[in-house]
Amino acid sequence: MLRKLLTNGHIRCARRFSSSKAIPELTKDRYNVKRGEYSLLTDGHMAFFMNLLGQNRVINDPSECESYNIDWIKNVRGQSRCILKPRTTEEVSKILEFCNENKLAVCPQGGNTGLVGGSVPVFDEIVISTALMNQIESIDEISGVIVCQAGCILENIDQQIGEKGLMVPLDLGAKGSCHIGGNVSTNAGGLRLLRYGNLHGSVLGVEAVKANGEILDCLSTLKKDNTGYHLKHLFIGSEGSLGVVTKVAIQCPTKPKAINMAFLGVESFDSVLTTFRRCKNELGEILSSFELIDALSLDVVTGHYKMQSPIPQFPFYILIETHGSCNEHDEEKLNRFLESAMGDGVVLDGTATNQPSKMKQLWELRESITQGLLMDGYVFKYDLSIPIKEFYAIVDVMNEKIGKDAVRICGYGHIGDSNIHLNLSFKEYSKEMHNKIEPFVYEYTSSLKGSVSAEHGIGFRKSKYVHYSKSPAAINLMQDIKRMMDPNKILNPYKVLPESS
Amino acid sequence: MARVLVGVKRVIDYAVKIRVKPDKKGVVTDGVKHSMNPFDEIAVEEAVRMKEKKIASEIIAVSCGPAQSQEVIRTALAMGVDKGIHVEIPAAEYETLQPIHVSKILAKIAEKEKIDLIIVGKQAIDDDSNQTAQMTAAVLDWPQATFASHIEKGDKELTVKREVDGGMETIKCKIPAVISADLRLNEPRYATLPNIMKAKKKPIAKMTPKDLGVDISPRIEIVSVEDPPVRQPGVILPDVDALVGKLKEGGHI
Repeated sequence: MLRKLLTNGHIRCARRFSSSKAIPELTKDRYNVKRGEYSLLTDGHMAFFMNLLGQNRVINDPSECESYNIDWIKNVRGQSRCILKPRTTEEVSKILEFCNENKLAVCPQGGNTGLVGGSVPVFDEIVISTALMNQIESIDEISGVIVCQAGCILENIDQQIGEKGLMVPLDLGAKGSCHIGGNVSTNAGGLRLLRYGNLHGSVLGVEAVKANGEILDCLSTLKKDNTGYHLKHLFIGSEGSLGVVTKVAIQCPTKPKAINMAFLGVESFDSVLTTFRRCKNELGEILSSFELIDALSLDVVTGHYKMQSPIPQFPFYILIETHGSCNEHDEEKLNRFLESAMGDGVVLDGTATNQPSKMKQLWELRESITQGLLMDGYVFKYDLSIPIKEFYAIVDVMNEKIGKDAVRICGYGHIGDSNIHLNLSFKEYSKEMHNKIEPFVYEYTSSLKGSVSAEHGIGFRKSKYVHYSKSPAAINLMQDIKRMMDPNKILNPYKVLPESS
Repeated sequence: MARVLVGVKRVIDYAVKIRVKPDKKGVVTDGVKHSMNPFDEIAVEEAVRMKEKKIASEIIAVSCGPAQSQEVIRTALAMGVDKGIHVEIPAAEYETLQPIHVSKILAKIAEKEKIDLIIVGKQAIDDDSNQTAQMTAAVLDWPQATFASHIEKGDKELTVKREVDGGMETIKCKIPAVISADLRLNEPRYATLPNIMKAKKKPIAKMTPKDLGVDISPRIEIVSVEDPPVRQPGVILPDVDALVGKLKEGGHI
């Protein structure tokens, strides 16, 4: 009983009750969007869905629909009056076939944890929720390949395959809620990309349903299969605009026997870069995560959630994690690295541990920042890939531009992947600030040849900015592919691609 | 200033899933991550804070168990404890080591080291006994302040707020005394790198129960260890009549 008490401490409670914001304005009111020429939902349509799925798996009560209409950061709100919960690929196929014939727009939805408004309707699109498609179909302990339905929650998959000595190749703060289908559709990155790579590499196969209802079975469990175009990549990262992912086959790495973590304090961003180089040199093959947290970002969790920082205040903090097969070896490597980094004065203070409870606490410091920022008020979030030398400069630039008008301007993130999460929080939303920040942030990023959306995707909120990171020729080809695969534009409309001329 | 003794126990880390051994004689500990009992961490933290406030002069951490118990003593040293004592107990005898034995060991060490305050965690998260503090106080005939959530030290006495079932109780007791730390006493510090490195040089004395004249022959025999029963899923019933029927069936009404 006491073990449960300790793990369900006040921090977890704060997580559940922290979203105190009122519901957001309707997307159609806040943003300048026009509803496409889609059919309106009729009783006849509803009757078809009820017939197909049964009463319990069709939601049309307005108050029940609300949570499906609002995104996790409470930025956008749609007006869907129909939430569907299929259990099988065949049901998804029949739904899409019907919607395509009747020109009904749909919005596929997994865990609804996306940060760019891609997972909720803009107008009255029918939500296709993968919540009930949550079966793991097979786990191959020798090859490490698993096959599961799109609605499996990432953390659940990790726990189940953990019993067989495997782990999912990606990890992110939303793991307790996000669905693997959503992760694949958005090509989610996360905390371990540094070590285990991108989903384009670890996803071996995808089963998806096309806009016209045709089931496309590319569900291979083979690591090597060069027989024709690699179609699965069409669905990895296209955010539900080319098809609805229904099953995935993933190559899962072995669960490491030895996990170690260090939380370090350094004086300057230069020290961060020096530490990173030394890490790669001295920890090399065992390094699995290298995350940056600036002073104001840590203040989010020590302030709002009263979490404990392991060390006194420093301008920058680094979170390092290692994965290996032998604890003695990894501890020795890590201790040697820490002793020399501290001896040389590059690292000023820190803590190191391999106790599961302590490591959980350290990760919570990093993973709770996103949610904690919401307590500041309204947050403008930017997820940028910037060349590593300039990585932090954008925070200073924004400070100069906006400075005291903001509650907080901070940066944290996957510095190991050159991916910064820039956040500007204000007491409330204002168009004036919005225009001061955008498109400046995107122009700045573009000038450094960076990405305006490193891992969060485009969704609804960034389709106007794709051109900052992709050439006109590339965007044209994307639109050609979209036209071919979804001629009626029913899949997740108003999102991902800019309006074609 | 008081000389303080802290008892620290090596237990399976609270974030790790516990598995029962196939022979049902215990839980799997091989290859499983262990750490200091969380309530003992709180005890250590309290002692270190006393030292920082110059209320305590020296802190000694004691752990009873096989060789690996030294790990938690090292953690205590890294948190600010001055020296450690490892009472070495072979694995087989450790299985049946009970608070009755530990309390006698702590009492003997307290006498040897001229200790004024003993602080231990209120209970260990593996056996949940909640007996060591009380028994140690009885052996020494010292007052006990258990479930402490706030401690104030006067010249010759302690004022301790205790969390009890009915609410909060404030007591005064003379020193020397035994204290058991409860969850809200403090938030333990992380061991930081400079201190982890310093701790490597701090001494850990080794001794056996025999050296202390304590008999640790087993008083109990572990008959079996089993998983708690699996929680049965609920059933959705169509109407009130069905509910009443099921309640009658189960003998509830």
